Amino acid sequence: MSKSNKRVIVVGGGLAGLSASIRIAEAGVGVDLFSMVPVKRSHSVCAQGGINACNEVARQQGYSEYQHFDETLYGGDYLADQGPVLEMANWAPNIVNLLDRMGVPFNRTSEGFRDLRLFGGSLFKRTHFAGATTGQQLLYALDEQTRRFAVEGKINKREFWEFLWPVIEGEGDDQRCVGIVAQDMRTMQIQAFRADAVVMATGGCGIVFGKSTNSVICTGGGASRCYQAGAWYGNGEMIQVHPTAIPGADKCRLMSESARGEGGRIWVPRKQGDTRDPMTIPEQDRWYFLEERYPKYGNLVPRDIATREIFDICVNEHMGIGGGNMVYLDLTHMDPDYLTDKLGGILEIYEKFAGEDPRYHPMKIFPAVHYSMGGLWTTFTPGAYRPAEPAGVHNPGDEAPAPTDVGEGMEYGAHNNMMTNIRGLYAFGEVNFAYHGATRLGANALLSCIFDGLFNGVSVTNYVLEGEPASSPVESVPGNVYDRIVQQEQAKQARLLEAAGEGATDDPAFNPYTIAAELGAEMTAASTVVKTGARLEQCLEKIAELRERYTKVRLGDSADWTNQSLSFTRVLGDMIAMADVIARGGLLREESRGSHYRLDFPDRDDSRFLKACVAEFDASSGEARISWKDVQTSLVKPKPRTYGKEAKNEPQQEKVAAGS
Amino acid sequence: MSNSATDHAKQNAKADTPTRTVRFRIKRCDGPGKPSRWEEFDVPIGPTENVISCLKWIAEHPVTVDGKATTPVVWDSNCLEEVCGACTMVINGRVRQSCSCLIDQQAPNDGDVITLEPMSKFPVVRDLWVDRQRLFRGLEKVKAWVPIDGTYNLGPGPNESPAEQHSRYTMSTCMSCGCCLEACPQYHKEEDEATWDRAFVGAAIISQARLFNAHGAGKVLKGERLDELLGVGGINDCGNAQNCVKVCPKEIPLTESIAAIGRAVTIHSIGRFFQGG
Repeated sequence: MSKSNKRVIVVGGGLAGLSASIRIAEAGVGVDLFSMVPVKRSHSVCAQGGINACNEVARQQGYSEYQHFDETLYGGDYLADQGPVLEMANWAPNIVNLLDRMGVPFNRTSEGFRDLRLFGGSLFKRTHFAGATTGQQLLYALDEQTRRFAVEGKINKREFWEFLWPVIEGEGDDQRCVGIVAQDMRTMQIQAFRADAVVMATGGCGIVFGKSTNSVICTGGGASRCYQAGAWYGNGEMIQVHPTAIPGADKCRLMSESARGEGGRIWVPRKQGDTRDPMTIPEQDRWYFLEERYPKYGNLVPRDIATREIFDICVNEHMGIGGGNMVYLDLTHMDPDYLTDKLGGILEIYEKFAGEDPRYHPMKIFPAVHYSMGGLWTTFTPGAYRPAEPAGVHNPGDEAPAPTDVGEGMEYGAHNNMMTNIRGLYAFGEVNFAYHGATRLGANALLSCIFDGLFNGVSVTNYVLEGEPASSPVESVPGNVYDRIVQQEQAKQARLLEAAGEGATDDPAFNPYTIAAELGAEMTAASTVVKTGARLEQCLEKIAELRERYTKVRLGDSADWTNQSLSFTRVLGDMIAMADVIARGGLLREESRGSHYRLDFPDRDDSRFLKACVAEFDASSGEARISWKDVQTSLVKPKPRTYGKEAKNEPQQEKVAAGS
Repeated sequence: MSNSATDHAKQNAKADTPTRTVRFRIKRCDGPGKPSRWEEFDVPIGPTENVISCLKWIAEHPVTVDGKATTPVVWDSNCLEEVCGACTMVINGRVRQSCSCLIDQQAPNDGDVITLEPMSKFPVVRDLWVDRQRLFRGLEKVKAWVPIDGTYNLGPGPNESPAEQHSRYTMSTCMSCGCCLEACPQYHKEEDEATWDRAFVGAAIISQARLFNAHGAGKVLKGERLDELLGVGGINDCGNAQNCVKVCPKEIPLTESIAAIGRAVTIHSIGRFFQGG
């Protein structure tokens, strides 16, 4: 392809950002890639378990791309628009092939084919994996291709640059993104950059909850800044709490679902407060509560269900290990060499951070905030598959109603695919609200990130080459549109530095780290596993209090060189805005769906809430205005989401089933 | 199900009550060309703490043991699970990731001292944060990638045996942390960029060249990689101290990689000799 003079900015260098950069650069459009860390150190490295795709073995057992699509909708409790999910499932096998060609060391069978493992929400082996560090291996493959393109001058990497604000021209419904303002994290220089389109690929917002499985940079700051600049935020209340993490003083470390996919079993002693060494507790004294309650899926029920059951066992039944908030995740019945080959990476993490070898000691785990299904609201153009009636129940071996050709679910190359409500501003990967609905199935995240980059990267290319930027290039946008945002950010920084003084943060009311810790504790307590209207209202009051305290925040460093305290304190304001979206959406969604469980509204309510929760920022109050948008459900008819739950032989009688 | 999430949070807070204190000696520097200084902090230690949680505590309470108000310490970090490589520093004289440095192991007693210094083989940006761009430059030099024919749909990659996969996977867990370079007596920091670009690339880079030479499609660039490692700053600069393999947090067999590339370079150069190369 011929080289154009168009340029696209990609913000974020994880799987979504890198795959988008590669795809766009390959089409001859220049890419400026901004990242707060060297892209090889992005949060995608933390993904462990694998990447889902239909494959020949599963296909011959009755599986199909269509069933992958159907499982993803069911897992997400039908909150995702269906067309994009169909397109993603159809593309998945090709994406795995491409990663294979890039050199990802996927585990192999004795015959040399790619090995597969079982994962949550499916009865078929459809998860491809590279040890237990699949995210790391996928990221490295894309990092290597990005490096190659950078050497060839096709991608310009700007590492240690922080995205501060999008540059948007126009008013009301006529808004267009024409670049960004960013800051060099070393020199602290604030600068505007022009671009014909901007792709946000900034990941999730786990740090809003204080301790989570997320990396330090996953503050949600990039998304929050776009939201405050006028982009809509969708389904903010949909936060996934992963059932199995190792609690720590600085963060909660993920213990992958693949541990259960490879045979790991969750249990607690049947006797409350049993203090025996777990290895000496005989089978009949162990309560494998997930296997008993969900005989079909067992330990591999979706994450929100496993999380609520573990939470129920520990917090309500007080049946956790030693009466505390822990359950066993047990691999000790398996061959240690097999475990090393399939799960080495995560066993090593447990050994290093908990000090015990999980090959010989059951792991002690508890749920932790993990993934944001919500994100910047995006739109798309529906594809060619338009059935007269939505399909009913799909069983293994049934003929798939939808073809797998390109463009059946979402029109290939349509300019608006995964574009926000602001023209030219796209959202890819975890920061995009599409695909996962109300819960994400394990090993679908890596897929959605790379699918966004590869499939919708073409939409970005088409938009800049044939769309508005072709007739109205950003070069013609007046300089003052950019200068205004630079001045806004300089003023924000000056305001924060004015109040700075060494060691002056000893009043906890105005200490940024104290405010962040209080925000995290409050959000974790009120807005994660079990929510109620009353508790969320209290949470919103607390957020308002923190917002007020934040206006008088005092940071302890006034340096004009590599000032991390400034960066943290600035994003804290954006995290407070994001927390408001999450809690307010949770308060107004008066139903239970997927990860969102309301004790006071325990059932799914399709008549009122089979809708996306859309938050718009109200600058005068700093709070979100919520409205509801219809979800595309024209391909599959929503059905009750039960995963075949049963209750029998439980240690205590008269138990109210959790989540029912 | 009752809403006892708040009680749960409180319960956790109680479990984190500190039981003892550890003294942190931290080597600080305000920026390139500025002098270094030492500062000391007494940090209360609760259960499951690591160097990261202590640095966070210091950020919230930036006052030295002498009662002097100071700035929060600057350091590089991201994943905190020892898979991103960012938080590498020198702890009590040994290079390692600070996230996996557990206080109960490193400093088990009340009043124990933990010394933190930036890596010495890279320029300091500020405090414990160093600039490791040269490491990534090394990956460019040896073309550490598979030169695929674009992102089009061209079917799967080459088949490989479980043994080949295992060998490549192990090498591919290198997170470019730089521990092997910090520990290497042959790897030096040079002030002049051009001089540094010709200096020894180090074990991590040599191992990555081996990784891509072992891939069915990646080996098409094997000759170019070996040419690079045959030249100045290549394999001949290795002094065989074998420190690299001892400090590698991922236990990558770096000395095996160096030996394998050494043999490949020899065969390659003999081949070139007979081709008049």
